[in-house]
Amino acid sequence: MSRQPYTPDEYRELVSRLTPPSRMLRGYWRAFWVGGTICCLGQALTLWAEQLNLGEITAPMFTTSALVFLGTTLTGIGVYDVIGKYAGAGSAIPVTGFANSMAAPAIEFQREGPITGVGARLFTLAGPVLAYGISASVAVGVVYWLVKGWVL
Amino acid sequence: MSRAGTQTFIYDRPPVIAAHASIAGPKEGQGPLAEWFDAVLEDDLLGQKSWELAEMEMVRRCVQRALNDGHIEDSAVQAMLGGDLNNQIIASSFAARALGAPFIGLYGACSTFVQALVLGSALISGGFLDNAVCCASSHFCTAERQFRFPLELGTQRPPQASWTATACGAALLEARPGAAGLRVVSGTVGRVIDLNITDANHMGAAMAPAVFDCIAAHLSDTGRSARDYDLIATGDLGWIGRDLLLELFSAAEIDLPADRLVDCGASLFFREQDAHAGGSGCGCVASVSCGWLMKRMERGEFRRMLLAGSGAMLSPTSSQQGQSVPGIAYAVCIEGGE
Amino acid sequence: MEILWMFVKAFVVGGLICDIGQLLILRTKLTNARILVIFVVSGVVLTAAGVYKPLVDFAGAGATVPLTGFGYSLAMGAIEAVNKYGFWGAFTGGITRTAAGITAAVVFGLLNALIFRPHAKP
Repeated sequence: MSRQPYTPDEYRELVSRLTPPSRMLRGYWRAFWVGGTICCLGQALTLWAEQLNLGEITAPMFTTSALVFLGTTLTGIGVYDVIGKYAGAGSAIPVTGFANSMAAPAIEFQREGPITGVGARLFTLAGPVLAYGISASVAVGVVYWLVKGWVL
Repeated sequence: MSRAGTQTFIYDRPPVIAAHASIAGPKEGQGPLAEWFDAVLEDDLLGQKSWELAEMEMVRRCVQRALNDGHIEDSAVQAMLGGDLNNQIIASSFAARALGAPFIGLYGACSTFVQALVLGSALISGGFLDNAVCCASSHFCTAERQFRFPLELGTQRPPQASWTATACGAALLEARPGAAGLRVVSGTVGRVIDLNITDANHMGAAMAPAVFDCIAAHLSDTGRSARDYDLIATGDLGWIGRDLLLELFSAAEIDLPADRLVDCGASLFFREQDAHAGGSGCGCVASVSCGWLMKRMERGEFRRMLLAGSGAMLSPTSSQQGQSVPGIAYAVCIEGGE
Repeated sequence: MEILWMFVKAFVVGGLICDIGQLLILRTKLTNARILVIFVVSGVVLTAAGVYKPLVDFAGAGATVPLTGFGYSLAMGAIEAVNKYGFWGAFTGGITRTAAGITAAVVFGLLNALIFRPHAKP
């Protein structure tokens, strides 16, 4: 026996009518300027790397590592979650956000010990990124190898 | 002890709420109900090593406070009924370990406190117990890491998300025929209702149909109307869920006066506190009812209250597997006495 | 002047890529983890399609700092290694080129977990 005055479909419609929308424009602007700023920071690091004559291979490594260091440290001192709440994708999408996604669960689960806590949880969010990113790159490499063999 | 209608227990020997205690966390202590709580924590960790131990310590202190106020020794407690949001309800069972009383662990998600009142009152009214302490707790930091994300992860919450309260409430029920004080006179066991809400953030929407079902069952079982109650308090529907509940009642053409409907989750925080849709968690309805509502009843501000706790019966596993979020609700009728 | 223009390009392109992520957050129910995976895999696919390299040449860090840039590095690494070592390059190239970033994240993540404690939210 159901007392419900609404069917699930009608209820879903009612719920979406009564739920206030996220503030779209504000969200896009915040993501835009924070994301852009982090990228400019990366650009500045790249210029610095050029000044240091780090070369074409090592310069990007320097930039990425420096940004990752920044992301993990801001996570550790408890600042990155505040930035993330403000900027959303603006701080999640840059590589600093990737660093945050590794450091945050590791810090959170330190009380579960160094192995099953920190060590395993480092990869709860980053694991999927690495798994699918690396697999996709292998697929691209294999396809490229096939195409190259066919054409030549 | 008798049953009314399909889901309601009428307590022929209604237990008296001999004492009640509430503890709230630092953020809750900056909310509109701050002065009503018996204690406000200055630190989320309570000097413990982990959030889970902190929640356990909060439950222990809260239960102890209720027992002290009720002038009863630990060894005289005949049963502790309670639960929380942790896996295998460790906060409550670890607190029960410290107390040493017989323990009945319960899980009704955020409705656990009212579930405990329904059962504890039945056990006392049925003559199985002379007293029972009912409690429930939640901690933002333990719930967050279990149900959502690590604390330090930079994520945004949607406006319909609720904020798990760091709070605990405990009520000591006693069989004291004829004594003055608040009495639990009837209790309604809700059904698990699912209107196919799949957004695990939108707990107000997932729970409102279950609260509607439970309150409607209570009214029809007892032959009363909502106007027979001075106050109808819901657990943690939040601001959006409260609106949804009013819509459901109006669509079903059951009278529910909006000025008598209070939601604990929507009362716990100021809107500027960035708690989005409002407070939630087992500790929300427990601390707000033990701290605010029961104290107001004792002052004589209102005489009869229907307290309906609501719970969202999801787990991380069920949401990861794409299941919808079923809701549950329990209701007790509490009357003030001369 | 040229340096200023370089920063403007990085700012605008990087900001727009992040706004695509914000669109996914606001318009869909995708979780953060899913969005990050989508970005990396998109970066790999767009690079393979030859679209992303011109964007990197144009915007510099604006295209390499977002996670699509991680995908770009993975794909470029795989392609270059195939040129150099043949078939097995597909298996080594991606990780080799991104090794610094991944290692930094692992090591700094671990160090952070040793030094810092989680903070409760206000």
